[in-house]
Amino acid sequence: MPDLLIELFSEEIPARLQERAAEDLRKLVTEGLVKAGLVYAHAGAFSTPRRLALVVEGVPHESPAVREERKGPRFGAPERAIEGFLKSTGLTMDQLDLRDDRKGQVWFAVTERTGRPAAEIIAEVLEAAVRTFPWPKSMRWGTGNLRWVRPLHSIVCILTDEAGSRVVPVRIDELTAGDTTEGHRFMGSGGFSVRSFEEYETRLKRGRVILRAGERADRIWTEARNLAFAHGMEVVEDRGLLAEVAGLVEWPVVLMGEIGAEFLTLPSEVLQTSMREHQKFFSVRNAASGRIERFLTVANIEAPDQGEAILSGNRKVLAARLSDAKFFWENDRRTVERVGMTGMAEPLATVTFHGRLGSMAARVGRIAALAREIAPFVSADPDMVDEAARIAKADLSSDMVREFPELQGIMGNYYARMAGHGDDAALACEEHHLPKGPSDKVPIRPVSVAVGLADRIDMLTGFWAIDEKPTGSRDSFGLRRAALGVIRLILVGDLRIPLGDVFRKAASNLGAVASTPDLEDLMSFLHDRLKVHLRDRGIRNDIIDSCLAMPGNDDLAVLARRAEALNAFIGSDNGANLLQGFRRANNILVQAESRDGRDYRSSPDPALAVDGTEHALFQALEAANPAIDNAMETEDFGTAMLHMASLRPPIDAFFETVQIDTDDAVLRSNRLRMLHRIRRICLSVADLTRIEG
Amino acid sequence: MADVPRSFQDIILRLQTYWAGNGCAVLQPYDMEVGAGTFHPATTLRSLGTRAWAASYVQPSRRPTDGRYGENPNRLQHYYQFQVLMKPSPPDFQDIYLGSLEAIGVDMAFHDIRFVEDDWESPTLGAWGLGWEVWCDGMEVSQFTYFQQVGGRDCHPVPGELTYGLERLAMYVLGVDHVMDMPFNDPDSPIPLSYGDVFRQAEEEYSRWNFDVADTEILFRQFRDSERECARILAEPETDPRTGGRIVMAHPAYDHCIKASHLFNLLDARGVISPTERQAYIARVRALARQCVEAFLQTEAGGWTE
Repeated sequence: MPDLLIELFSEEIPARLQERAAEDLRKLVTEGLVKAGLVYAHAGAFSTPRRLALVVEGVPHESPAVREERKGPRFGAPERAIEGFLKSTGLTMDQLDLRDDRKGQVWFAVTERTGRPAAEIIAEVLEAAVRTFPWPKSMRWGTGNLRWVRPLHSIVCILTDEAGSRVVPVRIDELTAGDTTEGHRFMGSGGFSVRSFEEYETRLKRGRVILRAGERADRIWTEARNLAFAHGMEVVEDRGLLAEVAGLVEWPVVLMGEIGAEFLTLPSEVLQTSMREHQKFFSVRNAASGRIERFLTVANIEAPDQGEAILSGNRKVLAARLSDAKFFWENDRRTVERVGMTGMAEPLATVTFHGRLGSMAARVGRIAALAREIAPFVSADPDMVDEAARIAKADLSSDMVREFPELQGIMGNYYARMAGHGDDAALACEEHHLPKGPSDKVPIRPVSVAVGLADRIDMLTGFWAIDEKPTGSRDSFGLRRAALGVIRLILVGDLRIPLGDVFRKAASNLGAVASTPDLEDLMSFLHDRLKVHLRDRGIRNDIIDSCLAMPGNDDLAVLARRAEALNAFIGSDNGANLLQGFRRANNILVQAESRDGRDYRSSPDPALAVDGTEHALFQALEAANPAIDNAMETEDFGTAMLHMASLRPPIDAFFETVQIDTDDAVLRSNRLRMLHRIRRICLSVADLTRIEG
Repeated sequence: MADVPRSFQDIILRLQTYWAGNGCAVLQPYDMEVGAGTFHPATTLRSLGTRAWAASYVQPSRRPTDGRYGENPNRLQHYYQFQVLMKPSPPDFQDIYLGSLEAIGVDMAFHDIRFVEDDWESPTLGAWGLGWEVWCDGMEVSQFTYFQQVGGRDCHPVPGELTYGLERLAMYVLGVDHVMDMPFNDPDSPIPLSYGDVFRQAEEEYSRWNFDVADTEILFRQFRDSERECARILAEPETDPRTGGRIVMAHPAYDHCIKASHLFNLLDARGVISPTERQAYIARVRALARQCVEAFLQTEAGGWTE
């Protein structure tokens, strides 16, 4: 069966879009083929800065013939119904079949489609793919109306089998598919035609183009490591940069250069950020000193002078960039040495945090006040927390952070030390931003935690107060991330914080700037985020719901531990059976309560026990009750669940042998009181009525 | 490597010759203060409408906030851009562009030329396009853009636009580290002049005026006047009472849009526009640009026909 090769050759595709685009091309084309009945064996997609390519192996010569029968309205049905059926099938009345059915005669439509040649289908599918391609941003060029990410120049579309290859006739506006492409922009030797995917990849390589992004990345990484190693150095790993750079070149050539000595005193984060962001350079570390001393740049050509001119140009550009960085660094240092971090923070009074939530300075004041309140719950010194909170955002006004926003926090740490602040305050400047993403490390230093919690909670209550909550996929202020930050800080530190109280305090700090936020709604937002977080850790929603229904659910640490213990318990045999027992007890009780119009909350009388299993259950409940209460008191949910598990055999035996609904009203009432006792004990752990399944 | 330029003006002359040879009308700078070559009506207005266009020109550009008293090696409040606009964009626009780098002495075998994603946007002109920063050995030497919209209107056909930052490009080609040291004319001429000889004093004077002396009250007033005059011009009836002809005054109105934009830049440099007001001022200039663009589309050059 033939193989299909497609190449869409264009001007330079943004690096960050290439991988996704290759995948989209694969999906659009292969799904289109399958939908038209062409089931293929294997497909692979590739991208370089100037091309998207797709190979589909084992494409049938034609789509299979299809016979389709559809049942329509019955004979004599209203005309409208028959007309509708004709319209939907595209047939005329005389083409319908009338067949006998169990209840009479029914119209049938039989359509037979003969198989279509693969080329015809491919042409349609490819044109549709190009016209509907999901580029995040696309453009027109010249006089045409076709849209692509950058001007599209040519299309290869060929089918290859043992007999040879042929061009699939595809025409999209001014572009006609053919079998020719070209190699590297500068090192290739013009256009060439190809007859198969193997030949395509080989000839591209001869034309100085590596088709596979992964191969380009591997080559860059290997060359980079070898170059660094040869000088006793190591490359600072940066996967994001590697992927990006692999998308900027068709033929990677790695070159290493030295950073001017006058810049080596800059913090390594500054060197790395400036080199990565502005120049897309990798940083090279001196393994012995740990300092960043060299850079690696990836060129797109093999120059006759071994890249000397390229390196010298890059060195010059880097020097200009780092002169700027050095200027910022020295300026900032003068500022903190002269006026300290609080002086550096002063301009925050004129920076608007949000039009309706006041200035950044006002926010810093609120964070400091709230962090002070949180301090006792995280065993931090309130004065230290206050000091840290007041300087934590100062670096926002530094020249360096204005230039490199991603260095926020890191610069704060450096500058706080220069200004004479201790470890706690300086580290809090950096750590209170963490965790930024779901995989970031969570800080555990009490001062950092207090400031980090206050920062996020002020943000959440603030935006709740001005009714700017996240909706659907829109979360422009990163509030979901802030909520997840609060959750992770609390869970990782196992912190006991009455969040309800903290929210109220945060809301009162907002004072006149905003209206009173709906704190119950905010709490349920946090609970929702907690659910998402715990679900990722394998805890079912209904289990979390049954724990959320318990009092004190604003204590997230307890909530999570309760949910984890319950999850493990319900997953065990004992737990699952106990749940059955609880449900049986509860159902009988609920029915009896509603029928009798009374409750059975008073204690059962052991003297009224008749059966041996009844006695046994009495004893088990007597023993378990205080043990469970004790465990719950110390929030030792695991132990509480263990004691609950011990109730399973007596409860099972009880239901096995004892008839609750007896004619003896006294005995019946006593047994219902026993069920009530079971229910109360079970519900003291979690609201088991909310558990599904 | 023998044919390398020796001075700033040599590079300008070579670019002009090159683009003239590729069919562009070589225009002269627009006679008003602008922040970038894009503001020249030969780019802004001619990007729109159905008529073909090909022009290139040097445009002195002013960015008051970038003034450094002539001391910074590569920052200036007054500098030059070389601008090319071809509508419709030719199919081989990238190759033609690369030819222009060769024309000023960049050897593609020795230098690493890269097209790095850059989505261009001008909030004051209500314009955007897709294209690249062009890098030569890691340095940005040009902006390369396919305009999609100007003044909120779709460009059709699509123009291809090139902007070369002349000082930076020339410093690179000539191997000069400080802009003021760059030879302006031939260094072997009887009176060799450096860029500093020509501009250092002016940079110093303008830096002082831009940052500390410009009378903000006058500037605010002039901004309001330009805004008003622009609207007034466009509100005039199409028929000219004097000649009886149909004369839509898109260009005179657009001059006032350019003025407003530059006045805003001056006020910004004086630090009298707060971050929140900033957006509002930009929106006011954009509104003028939109009206001028609409007016231009009602003119012959804008494709209007009876």
